[in-house]
Amino acid sequence: MTNSALALPASGAGPLRHHPLVLRYAPIATIVLALIAIWYVAALLMNWSLVRDGFEREETPYTVSDVIAGTMSAERPLLPAPHQVISAFADSVFGYAPTAPRSLVYHAVVTLSATLLGFLLGSLFGIALALMIVHSAVLEKSLLPWIICSQMVPILALAPIFVVVLGALGLHGLLPKSIISAYLCFFPVTVGMVKGFTSPDPMQLDLMRTWSATPRQVLSKLRWPSAVPYLFASLKVAISISLIGAIVAELPTGGEAGIGARLLAGSYYGQTIQIWAALLAAAVLASGLIGLVDLAEKITGIRMGARP
Amino acid sequence: MNPQKLRLGLILAAAGMLLALVLPLSGEAAMSLSIWPIGVALTVGAALLFVAGAWRGGAWAVAFGLMGVLCGVATTLALLRDPAIAGSAASGFWIMVAAVWLGAALCVMQLATMRPRSELARRALNMVIPLLFGAVVFYLWEVGIRGFGVSPVILPAPSAAAARFAASLPTLETDFVQTFVRGVLIGYVIGCGAGLLVAIVAQRFSFLGRGLLPLGNFFSALPLVGVAPIMVMWFGFDWPSKAAVVVLVTFFPMLVNSLAGLAAAGHMERDLMRSYGADHRQMLMKLYLPAALPFIFNALKINATLALIGAIVAEFFGTPTQGIGFRISTEAGRMAIDMVWAEIALAAIAGMAFYGLVALAERATTFWHSSYRT
Amino acid sequence: MAPRIGKSLKPDRTDVTLHPDGQAPFAAPIEPACMSSEAEATVEPVSMPLRLAVDVRKVSLTFETGDGKVDALSNVSLQIADGEFVSFIGPSGCGKTTMLRVIADLQQPTSGTLLVNGVSAEQARLERRYGYVFQAPALFPWRSIEKNLKLPLEVMGFSDSEQRQRAARYLALVNLTGFERKYPWQLSGGMQQRVSIARALSFDPALLLMDEPFGALDEIVRDHLNEQLLQLWHKTGKTVLFVTHSIPEAVFLSTKIVVMSPRPGRIIDVIDCNFPRDRTLEIRETPEFARIAQRVRMGLRAGHSYDE
Repeated sequence: MTNSALALPASGAGPLRHHPLVLRYAPIATIVLALIAIWYVAALLMNWSLVRDGFEREETPYTVSDVIAGTMSAERPLLPAPHQVISAFADSVFGYAPTAPRSLVYHAVVTLSATLLGFLLGSLFGIALALMIVHSAVLEKSLLPWIICSQMVPILALAPIFVVVLGALGLHGLLPKSIISAYLCFFPVTVGMVKGFTSPDPMQLDLMRTWSATPRQVLSKLRWPSAVPYLFASLKVAISISLIGAIVAELPTGGEAGIGARLLAGSYYGQTIQIWAALLAAAVLASGLIGLVDLAEKITGIRMGARP
Repeated sequence: MNPQKLRLGLILAAAGMLLALVLPLSGEAAMSLSIWPIGVALTVGAALLFVAGAWRGGAWAVAFGLMGVLCGVATTLALLRDPAIAGSAASGFWIMVAAVWLGAALCVMQLATMRPRSELARRALNMVIPLLFGAVVFYLWEVGIRGFGVSPVILPAPSAAAARFAASLPTLETDFVQTFVRGVLIGYVIGCGAGLLVAIVAQRFSFLGRGLLPLGNFFSALPLVGVAPIMVMWFGFDWPSKAAVVVLVTFFPMLVNSLAGLAAAGHMERDLMRSYGADHRQMLMKLYLPAALPFIFNALKINATLALIGAIVAEFFGTPTQGIGFRISTEAGRMAIDMVWAEIALAAIAGMAFYGLVALAERATTFWHSSYRT
Repeated sequence: MAPRIGKSLKPDRTDVTLHPDGQAPFAAPIEPACMSSEAEATVEPVSMPLRLAVDVRKVSLTFETGDGKVDALSNVSLQIADGEFVSFIGPSGCGKTTMLRVIADLQQPTSGTLLVNGVSAEQARLERRYGYVFQAPALFPWRSIEKNLKLPLEVMGFSDSEQRQRAARYLALVNLTGFERKYPWQLSGGMQQRVSIARALSFDPALLLMDEPFGALDEIVRDHLNEQLLQLWHKTGKTVLFVTHSIPEAVFLSTKIVVMSPRPGRIIDVIDCNFPRDRTLEIRETPEFARIAQRVRMGLRAGHSYDE
């Protein structure tokens, strides 16, 4: 009943279940394990009729355990079992040379390059625009409402047009995809950075005024440091959107390379496990990228004296 | 803005308008404005209005300036009807466009520096400025496309897209129903509802909550629209698979935000309820949920956009014969770009209307939150 | 020589007990009649049998922090009779708020027993025997003032008509009739705190627990509310337990002052005071007032409350 987290027994070392590491990771680990177990059961149930019909068609005698084994290793399952996905993933990553068209690494690199380029362009442009908006009342009143509105518009739906139009203009490959990614991520970065640059306390701004600080000094000594948390929050959003943009941009042209292309190909040819492996690759990319931004945030935080 | 600069700018705009009277309008045929008396009158009128604005300054400058801009817009748009000008406009035309642009920009800048006393006027101003800005952008877009003769495949003029929009209302309506009413709304309700319910259960059993929050954060960042082909495999090509994608996409942001919101009630308020001997259900209904509303609505707003994006992108992966995403990808493939823009306009309107409704509901239920009192 | 102050509140009480030289040792309580010693377990020896509102016996509360064990309360014993106004005064960390929270069953002691109106603290909480007023008003911002007053009544299952009547009655008691439809942010800090007090009284608890309720208010509002609280106490006859930092406030309001000190949290002194019932703020300039205040201050010094 008591809410005091401090009211632990007064003796020194508590039982193992109160160890801080366990307290932190036990819930996640338990739920992940539970989810994997549910996944296996679901694979069993969902592939059951598929496998059993397969046996019936071939008119081979089968037992229940045959069917169970079959659900765990079907070629075109409705829901592949976790180990199938992982082995397909491992095969595609390690089984081929990184430059081979069948290697997931190759596709991942294609998507990744578009993502990173778009992210870089979009973020830089977004920060620049935010700086301009913060220093110009005209832009703030006329442009900012549109940028905020644009966040409600499903911009991702524009991806096909962009690819087609830019293709008609003669741009193929990396550039149109990065332009789409850049376009997608510049909006959240702009909005986030405007919030960040305007986040200083009025008291702090007054203090700078009493020292006759120039707008440039206010920017470098007050606004930028205050905006750092907002920067990293926006960058995390931007990089995930950038990745989604790169993947979606690969769809319209029935693209040949990239994770989106793999997803599309898998769905056209009914290669379920290939789709799941590509999704896993996308998940790995996404978490890796966000992890990098997180790392950058922690390092910056340590250097700026943030609370651990 | 600096009154000197305003004055100078308006005089420049006036000069530009007058110059257009003498410079050639078309690169093809040699023609000048003088053959069209109304045009001359409008141009001269615009110039005079600009001068009047420069002379009066202040709010009057805006009034006169805007009237002059209107005259210029009317003239240029009328001129574009001439096939000799459309597609190969020359310096006379462009200097008129530049003058109109300058006049409009000056009006926007002057309006941005005005600080009216009454609250109503300030709110009206805050709406007028971006609308004016947007109108200028649309005008330049229209004039640029038609004046330069840009191929409609690359970028259609707003008027062409609007015409196509009006002409294809039946198709648009079926697409809207398919994507929005069936895919988005159903998926949104299920996804957000499930997210909230799971969060409520997870709050009760803190072990669950501590595990679900990081997982929820992790999954929100993933490109979940990629599961669309799998959903198609499970639920078929029609709208259920798109709704399933929307459910997945909206579930995690809702879960994460609801968990944060349910933990937002202060310690003092919690102790207060405990001192009343309140049981968990009472604490949930009277304290945790109302305190969580700002967070829940934050997620609802984010999800409004995510749901629409999810449904449209899911349709890129395959859909029977209708839907916004379907239409966009097929018409894009056919190079019928104006239809694509019409669909995009539909998606934009739907997106903004949906978001606006959620924001209104937010205002009505969380009027008490401190963020409304800055 | 004990000077006579005037009409006292309690029929058989003698006057304020003071030691004129102020040099008495403070390790043990001065008035054995007010406090039970470790060996005894009896009530205060007055001829009229007064019911005990709170009976605390050798209560300790220890908890672990990163810096080692903290004795928030160490073997504290105290008896409080019905109808008393008891102030707890001491520096931060002396355990006065902890004492109040233990009585309210918001925290559990690690040893010792505690009876509130004859039942355990938890039972008292479940039976809604006390009202708690916090340092901040803790009004729910999404409820109007009237609905805020009705909150405990809703939880406790009062009928609608009963709720309406009580809300109106107690709002009138704190002189805030007419503010029913307003929202908390539309009221000043002092008014919000009055609403909080009305809310704590609305379900007629026998006991009122107040944790530095006027600490966040400015001095003038605080004085005003002190007078109002006194009138309220006379009108309702509740037992009030009042935690404060302010010596003048404690001396002005109380029939009994409990001086506590930190490290470990313990009671240094218990002082009875009997100022006249219709006292006003002017009494703070009288010599008797100053003498009691001086005794409180000496208790605080003895408890090292003024050391670093």
